[in-house]
Amino acid sequence: MTNDPLLKVTGLRTHFSSEHGTVKAVDGVDFQIERGGILGVVGESGSGKSVTGLSILRLLGSRNATIAGGQILFHGEDLLTKSDREMREIRGKKISMVFQNAMTALDPFFRVGDQLVEVIRLHQRVGKREAKLKALEAMELVRIPEASRRLSSYPHQLSGGQRQRVMIALALSCGPDLLIADEPTTALDATVQKQIIDLLAEVNRELGTAILMITHDFGVVARLCRTVAVMYAGKIVESGEVARVLEKPEDPYTQKLLGSVLRMRSEVRRVSA
Amino acid sequence: MTTATLTQPAATAWRRRSQFRLATRALARDKVAVGALVVLTLVVLVAIFAPLISPYDPLVGDPTIRLLPPGTPGHLLGLDGQGRDILSRLIWGGRYSLSVAIVPVLCAGVVALVLGMVAGYFGGRWGELVMRVLDVVFAFPIVLFAIAIAAVLGPGLVNSMLAIGITLVPYMARVVYTATVQESGKDYVEAARAAGLTEVEILGKQLLPNVLSPLVVYATTLAGLVIVLAAGLSFLGVGITPPAPDWGVMTSDGRQVLLEGYAHVATIPGLMIFIVAIAFNLLGDGIRDALDPHKQTGSRN
Amino acid sequence: MSARDVLVDVRDLRKVYRTPGTFGKGTEFVAVHGATFQVNRGETFGLIGESGSGKTTIGRMLLRLLEPTSGYIEFDGYEVLTLTRPRLRALRRRMQIVFQDSGSAFNPRLSVGEQVAYPMRKFGLHPKGEVKARVIELLEKVGLHAEQAQRYPHEFSGGQRQRLGIARALAAQPDLVVLDEPTSALDVSVQGQILALLREIQAERGLTLVLISHNLAVIQHMCDRAAVLHNGEIVEQAPVDELFGSPRSEVTRELLDAVLEPVLP
Repeated sequence: MTNDPLLKVTGLRTHFSSEHGTVKAVDGVDFQIERGGILGVVGESGSGKSVTGLSILRLLGSRNATIAGGQILFHGEDLLTKSDREMREIRGKKISMVFQNAMTALDPFFRVGDQLVEVIRLHQRVGKREAKLKALEAMELVRIPEASRRLSSYPHQLSGGQRQRVMIALALSCGPDLLIADEPTTALDATVQKQIIDLLAEVNRELGTAILMITHDFGVVARLCRTVAVMYAGKIVESGEVARVLEKPEDPYTQKLLGSVLRMRSEVRRVSA
Repeated sequence: MTTATLTQPAATAWRRRSQFRLATRALARDKVAVGALVVLTLVVLVAIFAPLISPYDPLVGDPTIRLLPPGTPGHLLGLDGQGRDILSRLIWGGRYSLSVAIVPVLCAGVVALVLGMVAGYFGGRWGELVMRVLDVVFAFPIVLFAIAIAAVLGPGLVNSMLAIGITLVPYMARVVYTATVQESGKDYVEAARAAGLTEVEILGKQLLPNVLSPLVVYATTLAGLVIVLAAGLSFLGVGITPPAPDWGVMTSDGRQVLLEGYAHVATIPGLMIFIVAIAFNLLGDGIRDALDPHKQTGSRN
Repeated sequence: MSARDVLVDVRDLRKVYRTPGTFGKGTEFVAVHGATFQVNRGETFGLIGESGSGKTTIGRMLLRLLEPTSGYIEFDGYEVLTLTRPRLRALRRRMQIVFQDSGSAFNPRLSVGEQVAYPMRKFGLHPKGEVKARVIELLEKVGLHAEQAQRYPHEFSGGQRQRLGIARALAAQPDLVVLDEPTSALDVSVQGQILALLREIQAERGLTLVLISHNLAVIQHMCDRAAVLHNGEIVEQAPVDELFGSPRSEVTRELLDAVLEPVLP
């Protein structure tokens, strides 16, 4: 039982209907994540990587998108067969998600601390005071300086990096088994990006939270992930251990993608690895 | 470089696809909007050719046959309280109602365009001042404001148009101002500056097309409102006065005999106002979509 | 190095944003503070920094698309900041800018061909009848097709729009082109193509480039010299190899540190 993967996706297909016909955003995708594992899903724009993440949590909305087929086994249970109410129990509590733009993901009208408390009380039966303590814990976990003061800040008063940390705190506040991160650092400065990536690595080490990292950046994958899947046009063209894929990519698209990444020349002096 | 051979065939490969043509084609695909346009065109044509189409004189009535219902032989829509043929009055009334809807909107639109663009583009203290002055109008409900001005100016078709036109300027100017401010900050305006365009050229060639679109859409919707507004002014006696066959006047006249049980006198012109207002609204929706560059053509090359 | 070789001379450039407060208690934000640097003819000069460092502000002030609060800018012997509007417009032909593809770099309601043609028409670079042909020539130079001239901006992908931006900048036949984050909004596989195109065009036309970017790999690939900006100030400037090989400023070291390479450490 404990050897089963935490998340196992088989044959996932997500289709969008548009005026030009059906778009197969995700077209038969298989992958899995172990307990405490970190999987990177890499692709360019339009590859279907974000849609894959949204499909797992069934966050696509029913207007043009339908999950046309496949199986998403989480702790052995198929998420695609669950009711809305059951999914709401899972979202935020068992599987959480952080997005690229924290400014739009956080409610601008409410203080950060209040938003944390709200999520905590939603999923756990705790009183207000205990929820506040947990909120403070979450903020400290993500290493926001002066955490107790920041609880009473509004989102727009925080920097981009701090907002992203708050989003991660929100996502982790109920101790989920899996965190889906959709390009969480793309809009951030490089120095901040590194801090956030390292924070996620620390969270994975300390709490054992598995991470599904959706990104276009192989550098992020190299630094954070243990396994990687490369997506193109809705399909996974290559997957495996990060070390192997980066050093000996077998699929021509992966080779092309890795080849076109601009690298710094090796005589550059680096302070730390 | 093969410059000489390049000119002829390649230059013709670049056809000028004007915004106007693209917009009309996109509009033609929208059935609802086309339907609304057909309705409005009909109404306009009927109003223009009123002398030829109208079966009777709209101002002459025969009291002996007053209040006969629709379907009376010779009088398709019946007669009003003074024995005048309702259909004829409806046909002639189009001239009043349509002009009071279209003329103020057009005039106010031009004024608003100039005010809004200058205030929005050059901004600064003067721009803010102009907009604040116009903002005073927003403190009043639009209908109340129009009534107040109409009362000051006095009754009549021209005064009605003036009152409504004045009332509309701040609303339209605000739409233009917001659009101008938004567009002014965009990179393509800076690119135009870098290309050496003068400020006036930027206003006219770069900003105008982008500002005109929301304004045209807004104006079409306003036209629908204005018809009702004008009818309301006439209804209250501060707009067009009887015996003019304006639809609003007709509705007001009909109110008196409503209590006597004759519904058709007020309802028919009321229905006409309703239909035209809705047609303007639907057309406005269609125009908004047709002017959206994304919808005009495909999305990716 | 003779004075002729310096194309752009910037001294003590400063930009302060003031928000007027009530009763005169407004706030001041110093976006750029005492920037001094030179760009040599024919070279590619980099402006490196994170968001809010002031690099974009400097880029725009170079073309005087943004008025500096104080400072001195000389372009090929002309004092840019004291020029009258008509003379500035004439000088504008020689310095152009390519924006980051923010989706608003092109007017959504005009065809791209028209927009690329604007500099040509405005500066009277070609006889009227020839303009269209020249536009098509430029489009093909940047890797697009003649037929696409009549299309609207939203019909193109990000990479294609970036090429259009380059074409538009080249239409004026400038001496200097400022590139504001030319590859940041693009997919990885497209970035290399755009940079290669820029290098090709630069070599052909002897252009001087100012490249603004937060991506150090791009800077290293393209630039001869670069300045590192932090909080509106230039903290270090040097030839790129020296800058990255033996950085002197803490800021530069941190930036180098933050580069995530697609190789395992």
